[in-house]
Amino acid sequence: MAAIEIRLPVARKLVVQSLAQGSDKHLVAPGDTITTDTGYMRGHGTYMGDEKLVASVAGAVERVNKLICVKALKTRYNGEVGDIVVGRVTEVQQKRWKVETNARLDSVLLLSSMNLPGGELRRRSAEDELAMRDYLQEGDLISAEVQAVFSDGAVSLHTRSLKYGKLGQGVLVQVSPSLVKRQKTHFHDLPCGASVILGNNGFIWIYPTPEQKDEEAGGFVTNLEPVSLHDREVISRLRNCILALVAQKLMLYDTSIVYCYEASLPHQIKDVLKPEVMQEIVLETRQRLLELEG
Amino acid sequence: MAGLELLSDEGYRVDGRRAGELRKVRARMGVFAQADGSAYIEQGNTKALAVVYGPHEMRGSRSKALHDRALVNCQYSMATFSTGERKRRPHGDRKSSEMTLHLKQTFEAAILTQLYPRSQIDIYVQILQADGGNYCACVNAATLATIDAGIPMRDYVCASSAGFIEDTPLADLNYVEEAAGGPQVALALLPKSDQIALLEMNSRLHEDHLEQVIEAASKACKDVYAVLDQVVRDHVHEVTTLLGE
Repeated sequence: MAAIEIRLPVARKLVVQSLAQGSDKHLVAPGDTITTDTGYMRGHGTYMGDEKLVASVAGAVERVNKLICVKALKTRYNGEVGDIVVGRVTEVQQKRWKVETNARLDSVLLLSSMNLPGGELRRRSAEDELAMRDYLQEGDLISAEVQAVFSDGAVSLHTRSLKYGKLGQGVLVQVSPSLVKRQKTHFHDLPCGASVILGNNGFIWIYPTPEQKDEEAGGFVTNLEPVSLHDREVISRLRNCILALVAQKLMLYDTSIVYCYEASLPHQIKDVLKPEVMQEIVLETRQRLLELEG
Repeated sequence: MAGLELLSDEGYRVDGRRAGELRKVRARMGVFAQADGSAYIEQGNTKALAVVYGPHEMRGSRSKALHDRALVNCQYSMATFSTGERKRRPHGDRKSSEMTLHLKQTFEAAILTQLYPRSQIDIYVQILQADGGNYCACVNAATLATIDAGIPMRDYVCASSAGFIEDTPLADLNYVEEAAGGPQVALALLPKSDQIALLEMNSRLHEDHLEQVIEAASKACKDVYAVLDQVVRDHVHEVTTLLGE
């Protein structure tokens, strides 16, 4: 029988005080007047209320020339063309799949914007439509790229590259989209022996690094071979590290994840989720990132 | 309630407050990781928890979707242990469905729903401890949760109740004062623009006194606003500092 650990309530320590106070941002809350000057353009997170520009969300004001936006701390995912997303199929319809991507409306993946087995330039026949559920069915996870954004904010996806497609064995972590840093690549093979896909929509997929690169992705056959204990441990540790980074609101990208993973090595995997351990390893990560910046 | 003095000769109420004074308000944003937005509020001994999901694709019947704006879906519930007497409240008892309707009305007035056509915003509130002013605590908690979810609103919505006892308007009634059976007004206000999102009154009140009571309630709403605004600003400041960038 394992001993049970019980902790008593402790007052939250504000990390802000220990960090350098360098916030010169203009922070607003809903209903605050940003400017009474009518020469500005109204961006996201604002509205016009009798001759005034008023904030509608809580966050930092961003000005680009004459455009004023307010960026909320966390929102649902707002799609942009070229983003890489991880999503879950919720529905199979005629000629398209509906995919849940943490956006305000479900995204669509058209049958025509997908590589089917048997060559890239292949006519989609009626048989393909009938066999759609053989490729992807409800509950399947996919990685895809945003092809277009409709006027109502809904997103159209495509998987026209061998990088994208159905995801096999691994772990999904859902975080706020604002915590994922935009980068050149969102597919990373980490040195610790696992790979991650950092979806711009805040869905993060951690999976064992595939051995043969070329024919693995893009296919619809999932590799069901058992994953070794070592790989599973690495994946679990990465998951807990990402949760720790999210709890302490540190941006997620390959370097921060690797540093956090290395900082967590002295602890047992399950201990990484303890609040005090989280705080300690994320603080160490922060320090190393600051040193890296110079 | 004979014998119980709700307002003493010196001008103190049963819990030692002055007529226009609020109970202590404590609040926190972002209490759950899973929801898009969440908040917890204590107003004296009244405690409420609110979570917001959305805007997201319509769940359930898709025919309810509105083509030009988002649908606001609210649900009010009370925990079994929230009142003095333990009581199971299955979904749909009359009081809570009325409260649900009021919440929906209040938040449709405040949220900029036209920005999210064909989607749905869910607001769930639960009373953990009931000590008067349940509707007000719910509105205040839901406001914080909506702000936490990053959903655009015209303004905060702040709510407070007011009563009228011994020719004096009393702000923010507690359970004892509510149970005494005097007139009670619940007011939800958009404080910056002084617009009323919801006004509800039970039992009768002379027309001459109405203005005074509403005045007291809106004063209390603005006091609540000051507290909520501070909570939001502290939260925003903390998170932006952590994010750095």
